[in-house]
Formats: sequence, structure tokens, C-alpha cells
Amino acid sequence: MTGNNKVKLIIGLVLTGIVFLMLLFGIFYTPYDPMAMDASVSKSISLKHIMGCDQFGRDVFSRVLVGVKETMIVAGAVVLIGVFFGTVVGTLTGYFGGWIDEILMRLNDAVLAFPSVLLALLVIGLYGGGRNTLILALGIAFIPSFARIIRSEVLKIKNLDYIQSVRLFGAGHLRIIVVHILPNLKTVMLSSILIGFNNAVLAEAGMSYLGMGVAPPNPSLGRMLSEAQAYIFTNPMTAVFPGITIVIMILGFSLLSAATEKG
Amino acid sequence: MKTIKKIMGLILMSATLTVAFCGCGSDKADSSSITIGIPQDLEDSLDPHVAVAAGTKEILFNIFEGLVKPDKNGDLNPAVADSYEISEDGLTYTFHLRKGVKFHDGSTVTADDVLFCIQKNADADSSSAYASAFSNIKEYRAEGENIIITLNQKDTDFLQYMTMAIIPKSNANPDTNPIGTGPYKYVSRSPQENIVLTRFDGYWGEKAHIKDVTLKICASADSIVMYLLGGSVDLFARVTTTQVDQLKDGNFDILEGTMNLVQAMYLNNAFEPFKDERVRQALCYAIDRQEILNISFAGKGTVIGSSMFPAFGKYYIDETKDVYKTDLEKAKALLKEAGYETGLSFSITVPSNYQPHIDTATVIVEQLKKIGVDAKIKLVEWDSWVADTYVGRNFEATVVGVDASQMTARAMLERFTSDSGKNFINYSNSEYDAKFAEAVATTDDAKATALYKDCEWILTNTAANVYIQDLAEFVAINKKYTGYEFYPIYVMDISKIRLK
Repeated sequence: MTGNNKVKLIIGLVLTGIVFLMLLFGIFYTPYDPMAMDASVSKSISLKHIMGCDQFGRDVFSRVLVGVKETMIVAGAVVLIGVFFGTVVGTLTGYFGGWIDEILMRLNDAVLAFPSVLLALLVIGLYGGGRNTLILALGIAFIPSFARIIRSEVLKIKNLDYIQSVRLFGAGHLRIIVVHILPNLKTVMLSSILIGFNNAVLAEAGMSYLGMGVAPPNPSLGRMLSEAQAYIFTNPMTAVFPGITIVIMILGFSLLSAATEKG
Repeated sequence: MKTIKKIMGLILMSATLTVAFCGCGSDKADSSSITIGIPQDLEDSLDPHVAVAAGTKEILFNIFEGLVKPDKNGDLNPAVADSYEISEDGLTYTFHLRKGVKFHDGSTVTADDVLFCIQKNADADSSSAYASAFSNIKEYRAEGENIIITLNQKDTDFLQYMTMAIIPKSNANPDTNPIGTGPYKYVSRSPQENIVLTRFDGYWGEKAHIKDVTLKICASADSIVMYLLGGSVDLFARVTTTQVDQLKDGNFDILEGTMNLVQAMYLNNAFEPFKDERVRQALCYAIDRQEILNISFAGKGTVIGSSMFPAFGKYYIDETKDVYKTDLEKAKALLKEAGYETGLSFSITVPSNYQPHIDTATVIVEQLKKIGVDAKIKLVEWDSWVADTYVGRNFEATVVGVDASQMTARAMLERFTSDSGKNFINYSNSEYDAKFAEAVATTDDAKATALYKDCEWILTNTAANVYIQDLAEFVAINKKYTGYEFYPIYVMDISKIRLK
């Protein structure tokens, strides 16, 4: 590992560490009920409310903590769907080729041709909003990019000498795929998962920002930003803190993925 | 080649600069002009008989007039007609044309023009706003300066439809070349940019104060504050409380009126738990409407208690708002009685493009938690709200505002009769139906008013919906101007605005 990568790794670990701390913290404890409203409370930053309060008088810090959890759940689930189906599609097409490859990859191209936000809007328009639909919608949109990466890796690996010799020894397709190919996809998968996670966080924030994601009053970082928009001049802190949290999250995962890429 | 490009660039640049400077025109010393921001272009049509968008109609109000014209109290005054009579049996309307009323093109309004307009609307397909009312016309004719209209059946609201704009028969292109009799005449329209009006000096009545009016289209809600503070817009109706906050230090008077709609959590009375009146009442007792106003609307707005808003002074009953004083114990007791002691859950459908309704629903969810009711917000797009919630009636509860298309009690109350096509909450109450039918059939205005009020009381007492408020409406107007008037219908009367 080069020195440059080491720095990236350390900073990345620190930033994601902060995010995971917030996540853990938010699961077990929030200073206030993140939904409790109080019209009389001062909106500005104080010792009691270290990130101030939003327009409903809800504690922003508590909401950011819960929002991180909400955003991570969505992003995590989206990546999980994307990676799982992406790997299945990618390995099948890459390993077997032929007509399976043609059909699945053309389907893949068709999905990829849609901008992912548009695709997600379509699914949400058909099945209604809410967290689960959002996960499904974004998950589908994330499959093609994973499938492509995995497929090209599998194509590369399957022609290597050791695969040929395993085949000569009489190993079946399933054994070759599971035992000999999949383990070699680890590095590629790790960095693409990290990048994918980033994209999922941004997509969740974007969709919630458009009012299509997590339903109010539940906080997610994107929804908080969206709600704060109208108050950006009068009560800017409600926008600043969720914004900063998203930046920390994205930067952390980006640095980690950059560090692991050629590690 | 390069020099040519450069010169072209310079010309282009100076052209844009000129345009930019023109944009600041409202700052100039010519006092008799005003730039009014409007949220959308008048895209549907400039023909007053065809236009449907509220935003278009509010502008056309200044260009066109009917035989009668509404004023700021909601009363109808003679306009193109200078007097009218209604026969004893309520079937014959006689309008006497005002002498010498001029169209913007200089021609005089004749009885022929009026007949042409009635004909045009009576013939229009059923989507026309006048079609159903005009299908009741038995015959119409002119006798000298009198227009005589006879109806098949009595219709106490018929006069409302005589606000129908009078346009000249000779105008071949009413769609793009609007000619009316109003205080302002149309000059030009640049799509997505502006509409220009100028004072009509041949107006029969009190002439407008401001000579030149530019209606600037401000499509993006975020840019409105910048336009106002930057001085390129002098007046914008319907700014939000947050925008008001940002305008505080600017050179603006903020006028507060009401939006004239009934914001409520409308309950689908066919949804199992809401079939029970006690459940609906429990929700009414649990929701603190003043708190909603305080939290989401900076305390602005008017708490209401039935399907009528304060601007309808004649029909509005202020006392209805005191029927359900927030009382959590009572709410819990009612739920227990109804068998929902262990809890109740339902979804609140809210159109995602209306932030005020989302904010209201957000507070409601919190308030209902206190009596163990678990409400979930379901955001939908406006189109699917219309299709699934309003037309399809497939919802449990929804927070929206309902307004009146005409200035009649009927427009507000007819939708709650059992068989009304607009009865999206599936409200069904035979006593209500009877009272409403009686009110419509009554010829005596005082009696009809009392019956309509009875209807409102029934809605309140049976907790048909959780009535919340008539939202506050804010108008930002440059301190140079004064005279803005609020109407009980969706119009902007530019002719009353004047310099201080």
C-alpha cells in the first residue's frame, strides 16, 4: 500500500467511524424524542440543542442521529439488492456466455438506459411512496452497474489457466463458480460496494429531497434537507447539519473505496 | 472570422444587457406603473369562456366583466347591465344594459353581443363552467336594451353565472386577442415571460389608478423573494410565512388575508373505523388546531369548525369552531366506547406538492399519538391524489383544502349530500340530505340561509371531518402602493391598487 493510499484509508476510516458512531448512538439513545414538537422552543443552537431546532421545534441533533440510521438502512438494503442480483446476473452471463448472456445483458442495458432517479420515480408512481418501495425502486436501478462489473471480472477470470486446469480435473460449473471464481471477485466487489453505497446514500437523499422517499414525520437526511430548504435564510442550521452529515458519509466511503481499489 | 465572432458576441451581449436593464424598469420614476408577479403563465386561453385555470381567471377578472360583477364582499353589483329584475316566481331575469359601455376596441356593447355570449356558453360542451347552469335556460331574447332570460326551474344561484364575461361578437380570435369591457385592456403577452396590460380610459365606471401593468411570470417559488427584494416585482399575492420572514427587512407591506378554503383532515366515512361517529369525534377532540397554527403557520390562519370559511360572512358560523375543544380524556373515552381502546391506525394521504398540508399532517400525527392513535403520512403526487383519493375515494384520511368554485353556499355544501359525485368522503346523512334539498328549493333567501347553516351544524356535530383552518394568505406589496383588496373568490383586482 502506498503512502497516499494509507492516508486515504486512515481519513476514510475516521470519517466512516464517526458515521457508525452516530448510527450506534442513534439506535440506543437520542437526547430528545426526534418527533416531539415544541412551538415555544428557541430555534437557535444552544447547550440543550447542540444543532438547534427545526421549524416544528424538534431537536435537530436527535433527528440527524435517527436520520443517519434511516438513510443507512435504505442505502444498505439498496446495495444488498444490487449486489446480490448483480452478482447472480454477472456470473451467469460472464461464465456461460451465449444466449443467456445476450438476453440478460440486453435487459441490463435497457434498465441502465433509464436514469436511475427516473426509474425510481416510475416505480414509486406505480406502487406509492414510502421506505420499502424506495428500497425496491433504487435496488432495481442499482442491479445493472453491479452486473456489468462482475461480468467483466468473471470473463477475465474464467479464461485464466487455473480455471482451465480445474475444468480438466472434471470440476462442475457450480463448483468452479462458487469455489474458484467468486472468491477472486472480493476486491472488485469491495470497492464497488463502497461506491455503490455512496451512490445509494445520494439517491436516497435525492429521492427524499424530491418528497418521494421516507414519509414525514420520520427523518432521513435527504428529507431533512428538503424540509429545511424553505428556512435556509431564516434558520440555516436545519439545513447545514444534515448536509454536513451527508458530506462526511460520502467522503468517508469514497476515501475507503479509493484506498482499497489498488490495495 | 474571429473578428466577426467577436462583433457578434458584442452585439449579443449588448442586446442582453438592454434586456436586463429593461427588466429593472419598474424602478424608474414613472410612478404610474406596477409589476406584479404571478406564479404561472396564462397558458390555457385568454378567452374568458374557455379559461379554466384559477391563475388565468384571476387576471382576466381585470379585462372582462359580466352583466353583474362581484365586489370584495362577495356581493354582485350591476356592471355591463345597470339594473336587473327577477320575477316573483324566480324564473324570469330581466337585465337592462348600461348605456354607452365600450369594448376595448372602441365599439359599444349591444344586446346582440350579450345574446352571442349566452349562445356561445349554452352551446359549449359539458366541460364548460356554464354548461350545466345554462342548460336550465328555457329561452333568452333581447327587447331593445333589455335582455330577458327565462329558466325552466328556479335557481337561486343563477345570478352568479351572469358574471360571465361579455365579449364582442365581432372578435374572431378571443383566444389570443382578448377584448372586454373591464378597467384594463390587454396589450401583449410574451410566453413564459410577461403579460402587459394598460388602463382602459373609456371604462364606464371608476377608472383604474395605475396606468401600466406588467404581469411578470415567476415560475420558481424560490426566486420570488429575490425578485421582490431586488425590486423587479412590486407585488406578489400568496407568499408563504417563510417568505414573509425573509421580506421583513425589505421595503414591503405585508397584507394578511385568508385563502378562502376549508383545510381539514377529510375522513373517508366509508372506512370501517370512521363509520363510527364517536371515532371521528374523538379525533376532533384530540387535535389541537390552535397548536397546528402555532407550530406550522407562525400562528397565522383562522380556526374553523365546519365546511364554510369566514369570508362567506352570510353563511359562516363562528361558534362551530368551539364545539370540539381539545380534550384528550374525552377523546380517549370516546375511542374506548367505540371499541378502539387498544388503538387505531390509519393513513393520512397528503399531496406532496402542498407543503402547508404536509406540515399540518405532520403535527396531527404527533397529536394523535397522545390518544394512542397511530396515523401514518402517505405522500402522493397531485395527479394520483386527484385520481385515487378524490375521484377513486380510495383513502382513509387526507389533509387538503377545499374551496368554492362559485360564491354560493351550495358550492361548499352540495358535496356532502349522499349521492353527490363530489362527495369524496362518502358522507351519508339523511337529515343533511333533507335540509340541503330544502335549502336549494326554498325561494326565501333568509330561510335558505338558515337551512344552509343547519347543514353546517350537522357537519360539525357529526364530525364529518376534522376541520382545521382557513389558511392565511399574505400579499407582499411595495410600500409605494396601496389599495390591495382581498376578495372571497380567487381574483386580483388590479384597478383598486394605487400609489400612496
